[in-house]
Amino acid sequence: MTRAILLRALTKKKLVLSNAHRSISFTNLSRCISTLILAEHESGSIKPQTVSTVVAANHLGESSSVSLLLAGSGSSLQEAASQAASCHPSVSEVLVADSDRFEYPLAEPWANLVDFVRQQRDYSHILASSSSFGKNILPRVAALLDVSPVTDVVKILGSNEFIRPIYAGNALCRVRYTGAGPCVLTIRTTSFPVTPITESKKATISQIDLSKFKEDAVSRSRYVGQSTQDTERPDLGSARVVITGGRALKSVENFKMIEKLAEKLGGAVGATRAAVDAGYVPNDLQVGQTGKIVAPELYMAFGVSGAIQHLAGIKDSKVIVAVNKDADAPIFQVADYGLVGDLFEVIPELLEKLPEKK
Amino acid sequence: MKILVAVKRVVDYAVKIRVKPDKTGVDTQNVKMSMNPFCEIALEEALRIKEAGFAKEVVAVSIGPSQCVDTLRTGLAMGADRGIHVEASYSFLPLTIAKILKSLADVENPGLIFLGKQAIDDDCNQTGQMVAALLGWPQATFASKVVVLDKDKQSATVDREVDEGLETLSVDLPAVITTDLRLNQPRYATLPNIMKAKSKPIKKMTLEDLKVDIKSDIEIVEVTEPPKRKSGVIVSSVDELIYKLKNEAHVV
Repeated sequence: MTRAILLRALTKKKLVLSNAHRSISFTNLSRCISTLILAEHESGSIKPQTVSTVVAANHLGESSSVSLLLAGSGSSLQEAASQAASCHPSVSEVLVADSDRFEYPLAEPWANLVDFVRQQRDYSHILASSSSFGKNILPRVAALLDVSPVTDVVKILGSNEFIRPIYAGNALCRVRYTGAGPCVLTIRTTSFPVTPITESKKATISQIDLSKFKEDAVSRSRYVGQSTQDTERPDLGSARVVITGGRALKSVENFKMIEKLAEKLGGAVGATRAAVDAGYVPNDLQVGQTGKIVAPELYMAFGVSGAIQHLAGIKDSKVIVAVNKDADAPIFQVADYGLVGDLFEVIPELLEKLPEKK
Repeated sequence: MKILVAVKRVVDYAVKIRVKPDKTGVDTQNVKMSMNPFCEIALEEALRIKEAGFAKEVVAVSIGPSQCVDTLRTGLAMGADRGIHVEASYSFLPLTIAKILKSLADVENPGLIFLGKQAIDDDCNQTGQMVAALLGWPQATFASKVVVLDKDKQSATVDREVDEGLETLSVDLPAVITTDLRLNQPRYATLPNIMKAKSKPIKKMTLEDLKVDIKSDIEIVEVTEPPKRKSGVIVSSVDELIYKLKNEAHVV
């Protein structure tokens, strides 16, 4: 039997659902890579983290196909699908699940949807970004498939070998997936930047037939509402410049200085956990081990001591600048440029002397 | 209603870890260990729900070697009613942990399972979601703010911290909730409670008791240190900083 026939025969028998004793390692067989990416979209277009996830999928090996799965309802979904079809030349198809059930990103119906789509075709890999959306849904998918996921991947060494950070990024763990089922990954998108796309290619768009999609008659989780801050500042996760304030800012009013500086440099505003806990800014600005991971070209931290958990979120920044009154603050050990001084004097001076953003 | 809380023993959050020279892992010998901060918050929330009259019993569970009993005693000292220690080696993957918790839930029939959103050692952020999937229960992850229980309708309203801000969900019980940092400030165990905790029961169980097979589909190849950033310089003025950012780093 050729390897390809053996592979198809074995996957058809759905050995992925058996217990550990019968799991077979495919590491020695050349796998045909077929990737399903759970996409995120908003207001009619694909989010940048999904495009980064497509870039990551390219590292898995000779990709036979990358399928983007979009779910939601109505015209903004169809618009997003159209945009998704040309978001990256590596995308071969866009699958669209249009139903009220997917109006909000609830983990239960979405995980069931991924499983439903997977049953139509044997994907070797299922990916999502490690956004709060991906982190919420993909481990649930993995458990439904009885496979161990690899979350927050920062480097892909092959179709089944990955590197992920542990201990707040103070160590890197290289792991090998040896299971028979699909390899389920969430991708740390700051590690897979998107380069400007010159090639234009339009993928096929197919509407998924949901008639056989079984869903609980009564949904046991319901979306109630959301509170988000409307801002003109660029998205924290993908901004070229990030200006962060710590608890030393002392008030909501003072934090406006950080915003002014961010505006001057065309950057996003970030905050430490302490600043969010103190109520100076909302939680979506938190940078760190359990907040957002950022990797801007320029990261400036004002009144930030540099706790391990905060540094976990900024280590991949190109240039780190720290301003703090305390010369012993740990942040100075990672900063490329450090200025020991009072931020309440330094920020106004910077605002005065910095050139306008490019 | 019973609440099951999973607690993990991890390297204390303030410890500066060291990667072992043989690259097999992180050095945890003679290093301070504590209850995972997210697990403390999970336990604290369970205790508050019980104190508000919505639950009768809080059961703390820990899975790992014998030292987990110390973590459970801390949990009992905080106010958990009893503990369960499932003996296991530390190298269990989250999927196996989730299967163990599922088996326990089948036996204990809790109305809520609380977990920390992630452990600060492996930073996986998977177990809660997996337990919910295996049980077929709804999940509310990264919970912050207040969890309100509607006793009649048997549901909980949860605010979640998501990338865009805060999202509010309503989940029917039984459900799985994973906790984020701002949910609450865990209480300190008082000395009288530490003494009382010594007589609270901790039941020992094994994987055989729970009929769980270990899932080993991920191998650790090696653990290394991340690349070190080259050391920076201290500048003496804003002018010097701007000069360097412009002409040396080319970022402004």
